[in-house]
Amino acid sequence: MRALKLPRLIGWRPIATTLILAGALAAVARFTLGLGATTNLSDEFPWGLWIGFDFLGIGLAASGFTIVAAVHLFHAEEYEPIVRPAILTAFIGYLLVVLVLIIDLGRPDHFWHPLVMWNPHSVMCEISWCLMLYTTVLSLEFAPILLEKFHIHSPIKWIHAVSLPFMIFGVLLSTLHQSSFGSLYLIVPNRLHALWYTPLLPVLFFISCIASGLSMIVLETLIFSRNGRPFLPTRLRANLAKAIALALAVYFVVRIQDLLSRGGFRDMTTLTYYSVAFWAELLIGFVIPFAMLLFEKVRISPTGLYSASLMVVLGFAFNRMNTAITGLEHYPSQTYFPSIIEIFIMLGITACGFCAFSFIAEHLPIFRIEESGNSHHQEALSGAQEPLFVSPECEDLRPT
Amino acid sequence: MTPKKAMLIDLSLCVGCNACQAGCKEENGLPPSDEKYLSLTAYTALNKYNDLYVRRMCQHCDVPTCVSVCPVGALTKSGAGPVSYDGEKCIGCRYCLQACPFHVPKYEWSSTKPSIRKCKFCPNRIAKGLQPACAEACPTGATKFGDRDELLIEAAGRIKAEPGKYVSRIYGEQDVGGTSMLYLSPVPFEQLGFDSRLGKIPMPMLTMSALSKVPNVVSVGGVLLAGIWWITNRRAEVQAHESSLKKGKTQPQEDDE
Repeated sequence: MRALKLPRLIGWRPIATTLILAGALAAVARFTLGLGATTNLSDEFPWGLWIGFDFLGIGLAASGFTIVAAVHLFHAEEYEPIVRPAILTAFIGYLLVVLVLIIDLGRPDHFWHPLVMWNPHSVMCEISWCLMLYTTVLSLEFAPILLEKFHIHSPIKWIHAVSLPFMIFGVLLSTLHQSSFGSLYLIVPNRLHALWYTPLLPVLFFISCIASGLSMIVLETLIFSRNGRPFLPTRLRANLAKAIALALAVYFVVRIQDLLSRGGFRDMTTLTYYSVAFWAELLIGFVIPFAMLLFEKVRISPTGLYSASLMVVLGFAFNRMNTAITGLEHYPSQTYFPSIIEIFIMLGITACGFCAFSFIAEHLPIFRIEESGNSHHQEALSGAQEPLFVSPECEDLRPT
Repeated sequence: MTPKKAMLIDLSLCVGCNACQAGCKEENGLPPSDEKYLSLTAYTALNKYNDLYVRRMCQHCDVPTCVSVCPVGALTKSGAGPVSYDGEKCIGCRYCLQACPFHVPKYEWSSTKPSIRKCKFCPNRIAKGLQPACAEACPTGATKFGDRDELLIEAAGRIKAEPGKYVSRIYGEQDVGGTSMLYLSPVPFEQLGFDSRLGKIPMPMLTMSALSKVPNVVSVGGVLLAGIWWITNRRAEVQAHESSLKKGKTQPQEDDE
């Protein structure tokens, strides 16, 4: 198999350090000066980049529930090697999103209020609960990996004993809040542009998160098997690609059919600020990768699969940002562009996520090629050393 | 139960004197100054359209969007009409700003402990049997406070008495499910910045159509997932058993059960 050639990101460590420091400073500014002085949010545009980031983070973490469901509930056990990466991705993704949500709140000191003050009519209330509960489920799913590392085995047995209902609960919670992020916008038909507003928003959010979550996990398997042996057989990876293609196709058909049935043809075909954003998202994230993934050659080629998955993730990001930002702008009279502090906080937190992922992936048995064989295991881990994700602690293990 | 209160705002009677805003500012302890738009210091404002003035303020909807979206119930609707806000509960998610169909709530962006601000419909005055400060200040009767049912009858009567003077519509009677602010206008409301796309169905119904499916997703989904787990698990067990039986034929083993 031809190895995947990625451009090396030179100086990842200083970049990450700078981003995290800048993000920390920006966060200090946000908390001491308030939202008005540090963001470009306003009464007309009360939600911005950070909400878009939340959608994105949650969507890319969707593999946490799809892979767990496939392997542990549907017994597709050959995919076992990607369960842990998926859980780790989801766990980190959710923690980051919760962090951003708290920074975004006008009263971060009141963040715990949804725990005790309920409003069952509010989608936001449902989302807060789902986020809290699902993060708890994820920490339970993640705990055995950590405990295993420190050879504490009795709680693992205990966790395994109750894991089935928890896994089912986790899948249900994910289904609910992945779609509920779309439901947030059901109440603004007068504000959100017709290219994005549809009563089917929750359904579309759910379908697209399946594609993006799987793409994210495919990207991870490709990146982490670059220098070592592939830890997921090519055949299985190609199957994941098929699943992504299926989700993309379903999404595209539902989206276009729904738009046409509600008279969106004109919006789609006239050249406007909005239609450009709409087609950019649809072509990059759905049409082109779907067409690519139809070919077996692409599905088995690491480079091909890498490009297609990356496009799905980018298009997905575009879609969520369009829903959260572009679709709510009144071009050209009222537009929104995030402030430098909003951007720095987002980049800093993203960098934290990458560092946490690489650190945990190196120090805990996340990417395992085989269950047994300690030396083999070590080899696999050092094989997984990856210039993009090298943390300071493991610098000396880096393949030269 | 207290009858639902409302205000009838007859745009044809408004002369743009801004006494309503002055009265409102005095009642709420806001700095006195003429403001043209709703803001942190103006809970009501007059927007000018040619020779007409349109009073903007919280509409105090019967089924308020803001109340439905607030995750912590910081916004509440009282039986008498006012939609009230409790800053002690508010977490600052700003969903109310995003969702309000009338763009009413304003946020204290410059504060590190921000709240929203908007017209309160003078609940303390109403409780004492007084009329809201703005209605009391209005010299021409353009803003009239009263029971909602009675005001609707009066509004219909005014339209009937002078059909040439008014468009035949009481804005707020049914819009977004009905509001406490009822408007009469000599020109179509669409020309005065009223959003014609809002419709008569309360906005929270749009969300409820999705939220009401949550119990079904949980119950049906839970059973379905558990069922799939059981079937696939059983299949794996049967397969394992069958292969052990086959092995048993070639190499007799003791695990016959």
